Amino acid sequence: MQPKVITLKVNGRRHAVASMPNVTLLYALRDLGYTDVKNGCEKGDCGACAVLLNGKAVNSCLVLAWQADGAEIVTNAGLGTLDRPHPLQAAFADTGAIQCGYCTPGMLISAKALLDATPHPSDGEIREALSGNLCRCTGYDHIIEAVQLAAERMGE
Amino acid sequence: MTTKYVGQRIKRNEDPRLLTGQALFVDDVQIPGMLHAGFLRSDYAHAAIRGIDASKARQRPGVIAVYTAADLGDFWKPGPLLVPAPHSIPDLIFNKRTQVPMARDKVRHAGEALACVIAESRYIAEDAYADIEVDLEPLDAAADLEAALAPGAPLLYEELGTNLASYVKQEKGSYAAARSQADVVLKRRIVMDRGAAAALENRGYVFWWESKTQEMTVWATTQAPIALRNVMAGLLGLSESQVRVIAPFVGGGFGPKIMLAQPEEQLLAWSTLRLSRPIKWIEDRQEDFLATTQERGQIHDVEIALTRDGRILGLQDIFIHDTGAYNSYALTVPLNTQTHTMGPYEIPNFHTEYRVAFTNKMLVTPVRGAGRPQGVFVMERMLDLAAKELGMDVTEIRARNMIQPDQFPHPQGIIGQDFTELIYDSGNYPATLQMAKEMIGYEHFIREEQPRLRAQGKLVGIGMACFTEGTAVGPYEGARVTVESSGKVNVATGVGTQGQGHFTSFAQIVADQVGVKPTDVIVTTGDTEKFHWGTGTFASRGATVAGNAIDAAGAGVRAKILKLASKLLETPEQELEIVDGAVRVADIPEKAISLGELAIKANPMRGSVEPGTEPGLESTQYFAPKHGATGAGTCAMIVEVDPDTFLVEIKRYVIAHDCGTMLNPLIVDGQIHGGVSMGIGQSFYEKLEYDANGQLLNANLGDYLLPRATDMPPIAIGHLNTPSPLNPMGSKGVGEAGAIPTPACFVQAVENALAGLGVEIMEAPLSPRRLFELVHRE
Repeated sequence: MQPKVITLKVNGRRHAVASMPNVTLLYALRDLGYTDVKNGCEKGDCGACAVLLNGKAVNSCLVLAWQADGAEIVTNAGLGTLDRPHPLQAAFADTGAIQCGYCTPGMLISAKALLDATPHPSDGEIREALSGNLCRCTGYDHIIEAVQLAAERMGE
Repeated sequence: MTTKYVGQRIKRNEDPRLLTGQALFVDDVQIPGMLHAGFLRSDYAHAAIRGIDASKARQRPGVIAVYTAADLGDFWKPGPLLVPAPHSIPDLIFNKRTQVPMARDKVRHAGEALACVIAESRYIAEDAYADIEVDLEPLDAAADLEAALAPGAPLLYEELGTNLASYVKQEKGSYAAARSQADVVLKRRIVMDRGAAAALENRGYVFWWESKTQEMTVWATTQAPIALRNVMAGLLGLSESQVRVIAPFVGGGFGPKIMLAQPEEQLLAWSTLRLSRPIKWIEDRQEDFLATTQERGQIHDVEIALTRDGRILGLQDIFIHDTGAYNSYALTVPLNTQTHTMGPYEIPNFHTEYRVAFTNKMLVTPVRGAGRPQGVFVMERMLDLAAKELGMDVTEIRARNMIQPDQFPHPQGIIGQDFTELIYDSGNYPATLQMAKEMIGYEHFIREEQPRLRAQGKLVGIGMACFTEGTAVGPYEGARVTVESSGKVNVATGVGTQGQGHFTSFAQIVADQVGVKPTDVIVTTGDTEKFHWGTGTFASRGATVAGNAIDAAGAGVRAKILKLASKLLETPEQELEIVDGAVRVADIPEKAISLGELAIKANPMRGSVEPGTEPGLESTQYFAPKHGATGAGTCAMIVEVDPDTFLVEIKRYVIAHDCGTMLNPLIVDGQIHGGVSMGIGQSFYEKLEYDANGQLLNANLGDYLLPRATDMPPIAIGHLNTPSPLNPMGSKGVGEAGAIPTPACFVQAVENALAGLGVEIMEAPLSPRRLFELVHRE
């Protein structure tokens, strides 16, 4: 196994990384310091590691870093900042949609992908869009409410 | 003091950081030169170890060290007993067999650690497993709970001659006498099986021994950082002051993260002492299923004796409890089952007796609910059965037997989880039942909706389950509150946080005491360097026990603020008020001094301070409850069963609960939602499937199903407030409330939906397949 230099464009920044072929995008991103991408199961079951890969929500544990060579990647931290949060981030705080915060980055990414495609989703559409993201703390109620609230605010 | 922030539904202080990737979790810790550990684990549940040869693995490039039990020398010994057995109960049997650092002579559960590989990366560590030669002789496994206690069962500990870990009997009144007077006696077997806590963040640690400072720093996903520090210092022969444990942001706890001296902790600590390099181990999801503690396996043989008009004369519950391969956590879980079986009801005669079995499965320690759901399940199922037998309404039989609001404090006649007599401090149980009935529309449903839907061929049913929740147990917690020269207020307490919103609810308490905004209160939890007295976050105790300590420390600081301000403003204390971070004279708002200025005055750089005074505006206080505070509630749900697939849809879920004074209803709601979600999981989705060899067949989140967003119903919550007299704030815990009654309620609702098919369900968790089997009697 030999490393290859790949380019990862993450949250608008370009990184040249010498990466082994067996390294997942999850590990590559976390090694670059994008620790908002969470490791929950490494099998694609929990969604905590979700990122946008060329605009599409994917589980970064199921993508090899090499496969993301040259792609545009957005993590939760790329959606907004402490000073200028994304409407989804603001809505999560406003509705109490966060408890331990471990599933939150992945939830936000799935919600972002949903609202990009469907700006005014129904309750059922939100639940379906988030069904690949497991949360053990909140029972999802406040998360669904947060996505609805963000959709309303973004539509204004 | 006017309460301003406590009780308000305010946004959480910690969320902006969690939302933007600014919160540190253990796996985010990066230290130059850090090594990574991996654990080679046994594939067998029960085996004799003939030999382990790691010499080849040690030669692999990038491998720094490989340790087996043989390498540990004198350090290898069974770990500490983490909770004492309640010897205040007479004739108690407790055969102590605590968890070992690594399997040495024998493997006792699949997933038990055989070797620890320390390498430059986790990839290399895991690759090195293939180089380790392990010679195991498989033994028959004691996997089935009941069979484990039968004669001739394979023994985990040959020297004991039995798999019996414990025997405990408690009796209130005389069940035998009650039975002889009863009009009706009903008897059933009830089974509850194992589930996983499955926090989204798996366990993880970084242990770092710095030889130049002779100090060990530990980042841990622990619920009990102070206890972890003390236990690790003891095992390593270090001074407690040489070990600092930090529990940073932790991605959910739910019980298992209270475990201490686990194999991974022991091996990382021992290894960093030898290698003087930081070492990280992050559990993967499969390890979480195999090597993180679990709960719920119990089999109950229950008898209830009643009068014809539905009054309970007595209850007898004889059960067996599965503790897994070791019993480091003693009897907390089955003791909780015992003490929650009577629930909110007046039971004059209660016989409760259990045996605990060692089995070749992962250890059992508390998981959200911690024995309580089993007790509630037993009581509620027997009441449903009695109602059917007597032709009574399920809510009527409950109301008829409830402890009334004027009967508190109510001694329960048995020893509780804090090893003294269980006493219910306060409550209004009938009000929770009434509220839940109204919220779900009980009368309307059974009189109109259900008959109408049934006529359309729909299998709809309703369930109502009542519960108590013993919370907020001692021994104590403490806190230090400090006003800084910036005017901001610092709070440090020993409990750890795993998502409970402590950075906000604790800030609200201090904000009220000290007269600042909650956003100006900086809370630190779970860092032994910041505060090193305390017990931990478990048994729904953080908000109440640490919260009251914080309230007391806030009051202590308030007193110091007023005393100093009185002197400086030349005004009597009673004429002062603290508003928006400044002390002012009540009638003359311009005569004021800010808290920051006061803090500077309280810590002069020159001159002399009065003898007997302490510098700064700071107070450290402790709170120790006399005994635990008991919360209560009633949940209700309406379900529809699909007659073809046996999928169950929860159409509506309500819960009326009473946790006394609420610090922040937004957070309380969240705690209940999460508990309900776990309760629904352990009703219908989540069952750890072990085979006869002790192999876990569904050790991943694809096969072991947590409820998803599409599985959860909307949840309506009704709040009642009967303040606890046991603490100044009047609060009780709520962290486990949702999980406790939900399986009992779910099973009742499903049984009700299937009424007419003659199905009696005396077990949980269910599944579509299991429901099919029950209906078709296979």
